[in-house]
Amino acid sequence: MRLMLEPRAERSALIAVAAPLIAIALSLVTAVILFAVMGKNPIVALDVYFVAPLTDPYSLGEIAVKATPLVMVAVGLSLCYVANIWNIGAEGQFLAGAVAGSWIAVSTNGSGAGHWVLPAMLLLGALGGALYALIPAICKVRFGASEILTSLMLVYVANLGLDYLVRGPWRDPHGLNFPMTADFDPVATVPTLFDGSRVHAGSIAALVVVMLAAVFLGRTIMGFEIRLVGAAPRAARFSGFNAERLVLFTFAISGALAGLAGIVEVAGPVGHLQPGISPGYGFTAIIVAFLGRLNPVGILIAGLFLALTFIGGEGAQIAMKVPLDLTKVFQGILLFYVLACDSLIVHRIRFVGMTRKPAHAAP
Amino acid sequence: MLLLEAVIVSVIAASTPLLLAASGELIVERAGVLNLGVEGMMIMGAACGFAGAYLTGSILIGALCGIAAGAAMSAIFATLTLGLAVNQVATGLALTILGVGLSGLIGAGFVGQKIVPAAHLYLPVLTDLPFVGRILFGQDAFVYMSIALIIAIRLFLFRTRLGLVLRAVGDNHASAYALGYPVLRIRLCAVLFGGACAGLGGAYLPLAYTPFFVSEMTAGRGWIALALVVFASWRPGRLFGGAYLFGAVTILQLHTQALGLDIPSQLMSSLPYLATVVVLVLISRTRGAAGSAAPACLGLVFVPDR
Repeated sequence: MRLMLEPRAERSALIAVAAPLIAIALSLVTAVILFAVMGKNPIVALDVYFVAPLTDPYSLGEIAVKATPLVMVAVGLSLCYVANIWNIGAEGQFLAGAVAGSWIAVSTNGSGAGHWVLPAMLLLGALGGALYALIPAICKVRFGASEILTSLMLVYVANLGLDYLVRGPWRDPHGLNFPMTADFDPVATVPTLFDGSRVHAGSIAALVVVMLAAVFLGRTIMGFEIRLVGAAPRAARFSGFNAERLVLFTFAISGALAGLAGIVEVAGPVGHLQPGISPGYGFTAIIVAFLGRLNPVGILIAGLFLALTFIGGEGAQIAMKVPLDLTKVFQGILLFYVLACDSLIVHRIRFVGMTRKPAHAAP
Repeated sequence: MLLLEAVIVSVIAASTPLLLAASGELIVERAGVLNLGVEGMMIMGAACGFAGAYLTGSILIGALCGIAAGAAMSAIFATLTLGLAVNQVATGLALTILGVGLSGLIGAGFVGQKIVPAAHLYLPVLTDLPFVGRILFGQDAFVYMSIALIIAIRLFLFRTRLGLVLRAVGDNHASAYALGYPVLRIRLCAVLFGGACAGLGGAYLPLAYTPFFVSEMTAGRGWIALALVVFASWRPGRLFGGAYLFGAVTILQLHTQALGLDIPSQLMSSLPYLATVVVLVLISRTRGAAGSAAPACLGLVFVPDR
């Protein structure tokens, strides 16, 4: 007897809905084991990680703050992944957007510029992210270079570019030599929504992005094209859809959303440009996209859940002296389970006898 | 002369982890599997390798720990992609995310600790030869091993029957399976071998390159190793040259700083990454008309019918 995988005749609708939940449940079980191995009380740890942040209003607000960039970036990435296009450099596009938008904030700093500043920053941020994403896209369609590797390489370049700016030309002269720009003016800042919380208008923008993406994917020709290219590339080619245009389009959109998320993060919760503005949002967003089953509404829920792990991880670091890397481990394990459960939507596992001819039979 | 000698010695040191990791990935991809988790396996090899060496005081045990860690990570990858037919790109990414987190967790207790780095070979007379002595006869065991490994891989792929089978599995898994070859088992072996090599390449960093561990110390070397395999058109000889070329680019940044040129250090640090992009573009463009040299089934999922 052994286990075998075989394709299902039809996708299992039941498992399609249950898969993310099963994945989360399995991750929690793994987390419990991990806590026990590290000598922490698993019940207390689970409470600190996943329950405590939900019980006070400030932490709830922080979840929204963290979920905002995750959701925005992940919605863009999901468009790529649905079409089997692999943009994994969203982290770099996030930083590129942050830098491009900050340029206006830095150059108008203290000049008493009007209310055009923030909209211009957001526009430039999205544009910066889109242009940065178009580099790997153009390398792919023009030269056939793997977008996976080029988009990832540009993450390191963006990190170093940001580092150069805040240590060199953009450094705040009154900033005690810290590598950061001066705090942005109020006209260059994304307004907060409530007193006593850092929740800002960007969260509303993220909700709008989710709704627009849902309409776009479900109700437009371009959205149909993206889904078709992903599901049946040959059929898409025969029906005359232009695959190259699709690569450029999905990269530009996902880059623009990542860039927008970047400038919103800088002009919102952070308030100035500095290294380390992203605790890996661009990479965590990949997990968000898959956990949300590449569906905009699913991504919204998944984004909130992964934001919870960030906040819970920070809480656990303070309350239980658990390293912050545990959050990354948990997120990585979660993605594994998500992918494994996704496989069961189209495959089923069967027990079979050893009926096949011996594996080493001479050809 | 002395400067040139020092440069060459440092280029060899910088190239070795790339060569080790890329050699393993070459075999993996020749078997038709794309494991994007090299970075995660390398950083786990670095963390576990350092932990092993620090706790036992033995570089050899450290290296073995690194190999085991890389292989264990690749076993997770194999379970998903081969056992459950999950998309290889997404699984490889997950492996990197997990590896970076897990290595931080394991390495947290060892940050700031130091070990005695791997010993360099010393042969009387030979090592003392001017110029070539230190370069040829004064390296550490990892360097010689990486070179032996790539030669062995070349012989294995093109001079042995099993190597032929491995390439067949990578080029046409359905036919290889119809001929009775155990496609998934061969791929499993290839993936585990690739993980072990990546783990060893990662372990080289804290055991020989810098005698300490810092989190995320692989700094994208795993991704550069992946690019190297493409650059080498999946051929061992070119892989060897490519690894040393990239090692040289990495070293270039250190020496321009020493020369006092007024170039932002961040621009120099980004050179290896920019070079990777440029090289990928050039390689892919020149190859465009002749068709890709990649194994035909690279990255494709294989589910055997019974």
